[in-house]
Amino acid sequence: MHIVDRRLNPSGKNLANRQRFMRRAKSQIQKAVHETSGSRGIKDADEGGEVVLPAKGVHEPSLRRSATGGIRDHLLPGNKEYIAGDTIPRPQGGGGGGGSEGSPDGEGEDDFRFALSRDEFIDLFLEDLELPDLAKRRVASAEAVSWNRAGYSVTGSPANLALMRTVRNSLSRRIALKRPRPEELDRLRDEIAGLDADPDNMPRKLELEEELARKMRRIGLIPYIDPLDVRYKRFDATPKPVAQAVMFCLMDVSGSMTEHMKDLAKRFYVLLYIFLKRRYKNVEVVFIRHTHQASEVDEETFFNSPETGGTVVSTALEEMQQVVAERYSPDSWNIYAAQASDGDNTASDNDRTASLLTDTILPMCQYYAYLEVGRDSEHFPPGFIRRDSDLWQTYSGLIKAGAPMAMRKVGHRREIYTVFRELFAKKVGSEAVSA
Amino acid sequence: MSTTLRAERPLFEGADWEFSTIQRCHEAIEEIAVKELGLNVYPNQIEIIGTEQMLDAYSSIGMPLFYKHWSFGKHFARNEAMYRAGMQGLAYEIVINSNPCISYIMEENTAMMQTLVIAHAAFGHNHFFKNNYLFKQWTDADGILDYLEFARDYVMQCEERYGEAAVETLLDSAHALMSHAVHRYPRNRATDLRMEEKRERERRNHDEQVFNDLWRTVPGKSNTRADPTTEERRKALLQLPQENILYFLEKSAPRLAPWQRELLRIVRIIAQYFYPQSQTKVMNEGCATYVHYRIMNRLHEKGLLTDGAMVEFLRSHTNVVFQPDFNDPRYSGINPYALGFAMMQDIERVCTEPTEEDRQWFPDIAGKGDPMGVLRDCWANYRDESFILQHLSPHLIRHFGLFHVVDDSSEQHLRVEAIHDERGYRKIRQALARHYDVGWTAADIQVVDVDLSGDRKLILHHRAMNRVLLEERDTRMVLQHLADLWSYDVLLKEIDPVGDTVLKEYSASPRARIAQTNTP
Repeated sequence: MHIVDRRLNPSGKNLANRQRFMRRAKSQIQKAVHETSGSRGIKDADEGGEVVLPAKGVHEPSLRRSATGGIRDHLLPGNKEYIAGDTIPRPQGGGGGGGSEGSPDGEGEDDFRFALSRDEFIDLFLEDLELPDLAKRRVASAEAVSWNRAGYSVTGSPANLALMRTVRNSLSRRIALKRPRPEELDRLRDEIAGLDADPDNMPRKLELEEELARKMRRIGLIPYIDPLDVRYKRFDATPKPVAQAVMFCLMDVSGSMTEHMKDLAKRFYVLLYIFLKRRYKNVEVVFIRHTHQASEVDEETFFNSPETGGTVVSTALEEMQQVVAERYSPDSWNIYAAQASDGDNTASDNDRTASLLTDTILPMCQYYAYLEVGRDSEHFPPGFIRRDSDLWQTYSGLIKAGAPMAMRKVGHRREIYTVFRELFAKKVGSEAVSA
Repeated sequence: MSTTLRAERPLFEGADWEFSTIQRCHEAIEEIAVKELGLNVYPNQIEIIGTEQMLDAYSSIGMPLFYKHWSFGKHFARNEAMYRAGMQGLAYEIVINSNPCISYIMEENTAMMQTLVIAHAAFGHNHFFKNNYLFKQWTDADGILDYLEFARDYVMQCEERYGEAAVETLLDSAHALMSHAVHRYPRNRATDLRMEEKRERERRNHDEQVFNDLWRTVPGKSNTRADPTTEERRKALLQLPQENILYFLEKSAPRLAPWQRELLRIVRIIAQYFYPQSQTKVMNEGCATYVHYRIMNRLHEKGLLTDGAMVEFLRSHTNVVFQPDFNDPRYSGINPYALGFAMMQDIERVCTEPTEEDRQWFPDIAGKGDPMGVLRDCWANYRDESFILQHLSPHLIRHFGLFHVVDDSSEQHLRVEAIHDERGYRKIRQALARHYDVGWTAADIQVVDVDLSGDRKLILHHRAMNRVLLEERDTRMVLQHLADLWSYDVLLKEIDPVGDTVLKEYSASPRARIAQTNTP
């Protein structure tokens, strides 16, 4: 008998199969991931976790007999009351007496649930998305640089001498120019020393000495290391992006914003948070809610406590400006802002909002997204065309004038992810305004 | 039972174990299994594994190495999620029908559990694998691990050469047909060269003996025998009808590349390897459970097991052989461990203390007094269906309270056909045996015809026993896979064997996913 301890065998034997499975069920998993993320708080939205797939997509079919119809025999244990010839009403829903048939391989039609690791979760979530071009502006001007190895150069400081490379060059040059090797000289000297005693050997000795002198001269002419051989390690400076970001969530919380709208906004913020978290080591979130006045609050209050009042958007922008000035200097922070609103604004405030945005907010932001949340569009009778809201009109004007911001309308939660993807999909060129 | 010498010390105390404990247990068990029970086993190899490796083994149908396919990843993900959520425990062991016989045992098991698992798997299952006629006939315990290694490497090479996607598509299709990729009747053993030569010599001798030149001069009738119809010839050529669909495709599908045929072959050979297991669940588990029960009791008698360990064992054993009644919420079919173990014990009872009834029902074994001999004979020569048909006793039918219900969908009510009484015993025994007969439980689907020189439409028949049709959604999907492999149209007819009427038809056309690049 052998006992083999397999516990120390490398684990992860099934990783390849798992990746194949993930690739296969990708679209479904992505959908599931997206749905799961909606039910989480913003800051723990990027943990891994269990997702549920419909069994249908990853079903493995087989030829088997159906569970109903025809004539079937059942053999059941535990008879207490029946005698031969009794009739039993057919149990409903396939339970009871039909239990012995069941599904033959134990594969139920239940939903398929399994756990994703954090990385898998994020990968699927953000696949094909990219920070918009806008972001690079700040990155390029970032002061921090990192030095990366980039091959060899013929100039450099002695500290960066690439010894191996230098000696390699020197060796090939010495071989090519036939520089005598120390062993050869040693051998000649030994031979000369061995010939000393006998005068008959004189011609041979002279010959050898001449050869030795020639070789010595050659050694003098061909240096062991020539300046030509010397190489230095080359380093390139690559600008290091500022590794921290702050995300401003601006939301209108006046009475006209329903729970449904807040939910939509929250989902969008969650996506943005996960996305930023992926690019920056340190992401802070600032919640600013506003009615006719704005204040910075925590997440709980932001989403849950109701407020009443009018709607003055510029107050939120002012608040944001103030917070940035106090805590998040644009020199060292990447600033992202996402504003969610139903589009209402006090008519007299529109101009002020526009000028605040163009003059102060947009220049300091990496990205500014405006999300107009509407009621579930199914509530509108067909053919009903909504007038563009105050804010939408204002912002459209700004974008037409070339302001670097993006805006979208969202009516149902299933659109959120699509809209988010639209905003951040990998592409070149500026954002087009579309609803 | 032989006289018992009490051992000085038990094999272990407490729950902890180390390698020497396992070694000691194995030796003590081997002593009982081989000398007292007369078991004949492959050499054992016991491998200790952790949770993740057990999950790994689960997903590759218990085999230690397997080719790569997404479906195994799916099973792994599901098992892992269920296990982590605490919805499913893991098996204590997995045993592989190979020579040497490999048993995987979990590191979390207690010392008692390891002893039990060794008795159960490394001796019970092992003996069954080595001796049962089905396993002897169908599986090659010496070669299976090498074959799996070949299969894994071959699949990997195909992936490198033809791309993962192409291999995956083909394996998907092959897996869908896996349930109908076995030969149900014993194959011809390949004759070796020497045999071939001998037979050839005999044939020639015979020809020489009966040679008579006169026959040549007899004027023959031209075309005395009518030519077999083209249909008959074509069927004979393609070995139709054919129930092993993958075999048929491997040999006859017109547009598959050689590597694709080889992959079909791999899938079908693995399916064939598992074919005996599905026919011997009750016997295999019954054999292993009976063996571990006998061995554990003997160990305890000899003083090699502490009383505490014995109680722990009995608790676990009782859980395993528990059979809930049909109206119990825990009921999920007849527990093969319970039925198998009860039947083995019942045979022991019939051999040693038969009642008058037993003498009537089992005249050849009642009171014979050698239960192990009878059991070894059963384990070697029966499968579930024949074993139950032969050995299920009225005593057990009463014990389980078995009754037979007929569910005819054309009638309004279910009917109790037979119960555990004098009139019902034989009916119940027969009906239960049928439950384990693959001929009854698996759908009978055969390739019946194809016109290779015409439109190449492949025709299959499902003989719908008792008018039970195929599961519709799955059948459509599988048929699509079949059409992809065949690369021409496929037609499946469901036929009522009574009266040969067609109940339902499916057809599918190929999607040009598999054979598109292989022009003939």
